[in-house]
Amino acid sequence: MTHEKLILAVITTNSNKIAGGAPIFTCDTREEMESVATNLEAILDGIAHSLSDELLIIVKH
Amino acid sequence: MNEYTFPIVFGVFIGVVTRLYLLKTDYRQYPTYLHGKIIHIALGFIAAGLGTIAVPAIMEKEFAAITFLALAASQFRDVRNMERNTLNELDQYELVPRGKPYIEGIAIVFEGRNYLVIFASFVSTLAYLVWNIWAGVIASIIGLLVARKFMSGSRLKDIVDIEYVEPHFEGAGLYVDNIYIMNIGLPARQKEILRYGMGFILKPKNFNARSTIANLGQRQAILHDISTALGVYRDSGTPALVPLAKRDLDDGRVGIFILPQEKDIEKAKTIIGNVPTLENAIRMPTKSEANKKGRKLR
Repeated sequence: MTHEKLILAVITTNSNKIAGGAPIFTCDTREEMESVATNLEAILDGIAHSLSDELLIIVKH
Repeated sequence: MNEYTFPIVFGVFIGVVTRLYLLKTDYRQYPTYLHGKIIHIALGFIAAGLGTIAVPAIMEKEFAAITFLALAASQFRDVRNMERNTLNELDQYELVPRGKPYIEGIAIVFEGRNYLVIFASFVSTLAYLVWNIWAGVIASIIGLLVARKFMSGSRLKDIVDIEYVEPHFEGAGLYVDNIYIMNIGLPARQKEILRYGMGFILKPKNFNARSTIANLGQRQAILHDISTALGVYRDSGTPALVPLAKRDLDDGRVGIFILPQEKDIEKAKTIIGNVPTLENAIRMPTKSEANKKGRKLR
């Protein structure tokens, strides 16, 4: 099965709201979350999308 | 040497000249210089030969020879396949791909031009043999003009109005005017996008244009052409920096978001205006019988 779009990673500062299949990175601050997301974006070749202030996802398009 | 030698040479010459004339390498840089061109000149030569030989064949009552033209048709269909395959292969390595409909359009054009060459050679040889060389020259000029007429399709500026709009963010959402483009999560990326990005609104001039610019291939063609002409602020590994075109569902306007290296509004407008409307994308809803009656579509 091929995936058109795929959540590669979830980066959050509030791990209570997250569960599920994708790797989850929990961070303490927003700055840390952003730097992790920047690195993951480059590594995974995906785009960082923001769903809320405390939640970013990396999506492969 | 016989009575047909000069007319045949003349016809082949005119055919090759027509092919050369139709084979301009412009900003798209396709076909690429020299090798790609030689293939098409050689095929143009064959096409010219076929178109030319048909005339003496008819005059000598060798009607079976006309079946050669059927051979030509299958030969040139292969040209289309060849172009399609090559461009599809190359497209995977473009920062902003052409998209399949654009490639299909280019492939069709390459096939079609060979038939135009056959036509030009045919009429010029015919005129030479029936009247004289001067009639042949006039016929070849007419043939060239006809070829040019068929070669050039319409351009985007004929069907849309183009307007510049500064892209902006609402939260993480990137907008061009009121058209949502995409979600950008990282503030660093957002800054880059605001710094390098440009937005354009394409407003369709009529209902037909609305369907044409809605075509995903047409939109990709716009993005490709503008990225070719103005450069693109993008690399592999920066998927967030991607030119996109999205549609306003309410009124069919299309918002174009681009990341050029040369940020020049007037140039960009000219380039968007000169993007060819893809034959495959053209729709004519107003020609539908149902739409001809009743309330006029706008």
